[in-house]
Amino acid sequence: MAAEDVRGADLRVDGVAKRYGAVVALGGVSLSVAAGEFLTILGPSGSGKTTLLKVVAGFEFPDAGRVAVGGADITDVSPAKRNIGMVFQNYALFPHMSVARNIAFPLLMRGVPKSEIERRVNRALELVELQSYGERRPSQLSGGQQQRVALARAIVFDPTLLLLDEPFGALDRKLRESMQLEVRRLQRRLGLTTVFITHDQEEALVLSDRIAVMDDGVIRQVGAPDEIYDRPADDFVAQFIGESNLLAGEIAALDRVVLDGGASVTVRGLGAGHGRVRLLVRPEKMAIDAATNRFTGTVVEAVYLGEAHKLRVKTAEGIELLVRGHRAVPAGASLTVGFAPEDAHVICGAG
Amino acid sequence: MTPADRARRRAVGSAIALSVPGMLVLLALFAVPLLRLLALSVEGGSLTAYEKALTNELYLRVIFETFKIAAIVTFFTFVLGYPVAYVMATSGRIWQIVGIAFVLLPFWTSILVRTYAWMVLLGRNGVVNRTLMGLGLIDGPLPLLNNLSGVLIGMVHVLLPYMILPVFNAVKKVDPTLVLAAEGLGAPRWRAFLHVTLPLTMNGVMAGMTLVFTLSLGFFITPALLGGGRVVMIANLIEEQVRELLNWAFAGALSAILLALTLLAFWGISRIMRTRPA
Repeated sequence: MAAEDVRGADLRVDGVAKRYGAVVALGGVSLSVAAGEFLTILGPSGSGKTTLLKVVAGFEFPDAGRVAVGGADITDVSPAKRNIGMVFQNYALFPHMSVARNIAFPLLMRGVPKSEIERRVNRALELVELQSYGERRPSQLSGGQQQRVALARAIVFDPTLLLLDEPFGALDRKLRESMQLEVRRLQRRLGLTTVFITHDQEEALVLSDRIAVMDDGVIRQVGAPDEIYDRPADDFVAQFIGESNLLAGEIAALDRVVLDGGASVTVRGLGAGHGRVRLLVRPEKMAIDAATNRFTGTVVEAVYLGEAHKLRVKTAEGIELLVRGHRAVPAGASLTVGFAPEDAHVICGAG
Repeated sequence: MTPADRARRRAVGSAIALSVPGMLVLLALFAVPLLRLLALSVEGGSLTAYEKALTNELYLRVIFETFKIAAIVTFFTFVLGYPVAYVMATSGRIWQIVGIAFVLLPFWTSILVRTYAWMVLLGRNGVVNRTLMGLGLIDGPLPLLNNLSGVLIGMVHVLLPYMILPVFNAVKKVDPTLVLAAEGLGAPRWRAFLHVTLPLTMNGVMAGMTLVFTLSLGFFITPALLGGGRVVMIANLIEEQVRELLNWAFAGALSAILLALTLLAFWGISRIMRTRPA
């Protein structure tokens, strides 16, 4: 789902590598983002996602690889000439300038005539609903307002690309959610190609057209949110996004996997494969008293989440299963749970 | 009175108690002699000494020269000191320590020794002139000693640390992401510096300028030794009045004028600083 009226350009990152001494920050990353697309780079801290963003912005020079925006190679272009808008984690508003001066800064640097600067600054302030705040100092604004100023400053010069570096980290939950929606609305409306960085999987699922999951300086998987959630490419992605039951076993037949510990389950989509696999079953796909693939065990932990109950069930073979459902079961109770064959996602290879 | 008020009052009370010994020393060794000097300047209830100092063209010239020299020295310490402070503050930890050591090194040497060293360097047959002539850059020796140039060189050297250290501190406090943000928004390096780093370090610059300027006004040894008697600042005038002419009243009046002008300069600079948006 790209934006309605595309004004941004596409981004191509090709084999970008970066190391600091012996530490590999980026191990040959390739990625393309379509014009107008909202792509999230999701990963734990130290995964290299911030380094990748810095390379795109021009603040870090890659050891290898190229970066192109709108078909033009910008690898050797200075940050000042890249025409990329960026919102920093701490907003990086200039404390000695008023809000209006902050937003005018990129236009001033581009030699835009004074009257036009005023018009565009006013429009940007309107866009982020801070019309009457132009003369204030950043220090006189709340965190959410500062963030909107940073956003206005990053888009006022019609950048080809918008980069957001964990911009919601410092906001409380409620403000965070409303800012997320506001950024998404603005991005769609302006048709901005956006690369967003976060370690918050929920945020990534809510905002993105596509998500790139990063770990250890490489991209593990790129895909739409439901694709990443339902069909993760490997154990890391499966475990990093959402909660998961990962059952290790060996393929025994076209539709059968024998789990470590002896239990045998029926699944789909094995094809002609053989060898070791892991089965991913999300906790909400586990059903109490299911008809197939049944496990009997004891509830070791029962947590009430408001919209659901989360149970941890331990079987006699020592398998632990997370179950998310609507039935309240007290800890200590004996319970039979299971999953339908089509609800297990198969991850091949040794995990 | 809330508990917080009480705690604050107690803190203020102990702060006053702790500062009593220092205050007493200052009172005995600074305030009392100063007041006695001021008393001498109005001996016999007449203001003739002040009248003489403020109407005689010769003395007015010395006062003007003193301010001129202080201004020039302040300017050069800024021009030379800012880049040093900037490079130090933006380089790695080790280079920062090395830099600070080099800046502070002169503090461990007596100002007298350093001034004599400059005499060796700047004389007609000094290292500087011989090197320049040896390189064929000049035909005859440059007059670097016993004139204004010598005094300026010596004073700038002595006062540079007072400019470098506050500016160094100010540059270190500037968030580096602000500079990155400016570059990302389309500012080349030098414009990012001009629009972000420089304004955000102005407080440090002003602090350095205040220190250098007010210290310059009272300089004595450097103009005395490197000026060769041809450069006279207020402090040299005062010394001459006391040591050679035993005119305590006039020396007292000159001291009072120097003190008043220094305070005035200090007040003026701090006013400029306050009207600047933080």
